[in-house]
Amino acid sequence: MPDAAGTIEAEKSRDIRKRWLLSLPALLIILLAASGPLLIVLVYSFLTPGPYGDVQWLPSLEGWISVVMEKDIFDGTFSIADAHVSIFVRSVVLSLVTTILTLLAGFPTAYFIATRPERTRELWLFLITIPFWTNLLIRTFAILEIIRNEGLINGLLLKFDLISGPIQMLFTDGAILTGMVYVYLPLMVLPLYASMEKLDFRLVEAGYDLYATPFKVLRKIVIPLVKPGIIAGSILVFIPALGAYVTPSILGGGKNLMLGNLIELQFGQGRNWPLGSALSITLMLIVMVALLAYVRNAGSQGSRHG
Amino acid sequence: MAELNAIEIRNVSKIFGFGEFAFAAVDKASVSIRQNEFFTLLGPSGCGKTTLLRLIAGFEFPTSGDIMLNGENIAAMPPFKRPVNTVFQSYALFPHMTVADNIGFGLTMLGRPKQEVRDRVAAMLRLVRMEALAGRRTSQISGGQQQRVALARALAPQPKVLLLDEPLSALDYKLRKDMQIELKRLQAETGITFIFVTHDQEEALTMSDRIAVMSSGKILQVGNPREIYDAPTDRFVADFIGETNFLKGRIKSVADGVADVDTPVAGRISATVPQDFHAEGEVTVVLRPEHAMLCPPDQPAACQMTGTLENVVYFGTDTHYHVRLSDGETLFTLREQNKPLQSARFAEGDRVGIALEANAARVLRN
Repeated sequence: MPDAAGTIEAEKSRDIRKRWLLSLPALLIILLAASGPLLIVLVYSFLTPGPYGDVQWLPSLEGWISVVMEKDIFDGTFSIADAHVSIFVRSVVLSLVTTILTLLAGFPTAYFIATRPERTRELWLFLITIPFWTNLLIRTFAILEIIRNEGLINGLLLKFDLISGPIQMLFTDGAILTGMVYVYLPLMVLPLYASMEKLDFRLVEAGYDLYATPFKVLRKIVIPLVKPGIIAGSILVFIPALGAYVTPSILGGGKNLMLGNLIELQFGQGRNWPLGSALSITLMLIVMVALLAYVRNAGSQGSRHG
Repeated sequence: MAELNAIEIRNVSKIFGFGEFAFAAVDKASVSIRQNEFFTLLGPSGCGKTTLLRLIAGFEFPTSGDIMLNGENIAAMPPFKRPVNTVFQSYALFPHMTVADNIGFGLTMLGRPKQEVRDRVAAMLRLVRMEALAGRRTSQISGGQQQRVALARALAPQPKVLLLDEPLSALDYKLRKDMQIELKRLQAETGITFIFVTHDQEEALTMSDRIAVMSSGKILQVGNPREIYDAPTDRFVADFIGETNFLKGRIKSVADGVADVDTPVAGRISATVPQDFHAEGEVTVVLRPEHAMLCPPDQPAACQMTGTLENVVYFGTDTHYHVRLSDGETLFTLREQNKPLQSARFAEGDRVGIALEANAARVLRN
């Protein structure tokens, strides 16, 4: 006859088996729909491009080399691919600026919501999520409609004779930035709110009581305590911004490319799938570096609190 | 020239909400708190004592009235400019800083030189006997230790007035007793005016130089613990502090602050009348349970009242008796100290008499 401990042990392992079974659908999806394609992308990046797109099963490093280098079509020498490098730099810079701008706009917003009475907070959060109701493409075209040369802003300015000719706003980095800040702002506000809601506002009062001015309270008390939210929000904005495709392609007009557009180009008109695959994996690596920095930061935060 | 009061609350009101939801948390309160005083705001929860403290700290601003600190009106001054520090009920220690950084925070914010901050933090740690834990996180120390850190943090900038918002309520009984003594010691050593908020009447009586009893936003009575306990002028104060017997009666005559009151249950009683109070007609007289004694009912000369002993409760140091008076309604409580090896003189159900001590009865204002 099994003893009590044995029975409990058996019960426990059966429980664990049951849970694995329940999570099987999700695991299958992750395995087939995420890891599988990723593996294909990795393999493709080491193959030779086919003449009409697709790949030829000849191993080649050319896709990877082309990520940052370009081959001179006459003498076959390699030089730095200025176009690619500038797209990388633009992507990282625009994503960073987007992150900073959403943080600057999202922080006061989250603080505002977190300091409302509990009953009305849900309403404010609900308002934040309203943009998600409409397709991203449509919202981006709406921005286009506002800032294009014959659009709302230029129309009004011209009508009141404030300018002599339309200001070129569309197809600039500024236009891409505007669109991305608009799209990613809720992704910053929500994690910021989540950590501010947990903030003990008596600590803010204690700060005021101990001669800290409002600015010092923000810097010495509020920001250190909501840091996990700031980091989470920044990650949530930075990563999708880096791979943004719709916003830069509509508001940047194909002239100001970002990484997402460059990758799309290789799989479409460029007919260079290995390069597209190598670029995709490069993008993933950048994201991984950013995440590692996050994990390390969050980890040290945890141990300091522990 | 008379010394300036540390804090003067002048006709201060704080109204929350608007229109029909308006609610006066503090209602035309006026009180003066002297230099180096251990002053207690005492009252049940919701009486406005914490709001009054927050008004002094600057976390709330009065709807009307003035708050003077050493003669300067600070009613509209932001909290970070007031030379007043607070010990919070929940301590509100900064979780992302060490014990030493918490204590030094106020001085750092005041822009004091690093060396001075270090010296002062060390002195504060010594004062609250926490030297060994300077480098700890505040989450790594016990509740009693957090309490000490909160005290040290509030005392470090040498405030003119220290505000304490029920700081002992989260501690267990033994620790609370220790901290009560500790607080008195700190007050004596630092010479800082303490304003202490509590709902615990025993804590208020044992620690305070003076007490203000509050109810529904109003300050009902201010006085030293003995005055508050022995000479309550208000029905609420008499009821809130200790146990009290209330007897209805009618004033017959008043002479030299002593009224001759005719009560239906106890006959004629001499009762002290509060100062500046014109007593006439129907009044209520209060009697503390320890100012009465049981006596055999067959000695009418000694006993003012008679009744039936309903309940005897043994408390160790003393015994409480609950007597149903002859009118059949009033339940009179009295307390007698226990003597060694003395058996109970009366049993439940006995008819007993009650003798009152001289000067024990007082007339209330309301």
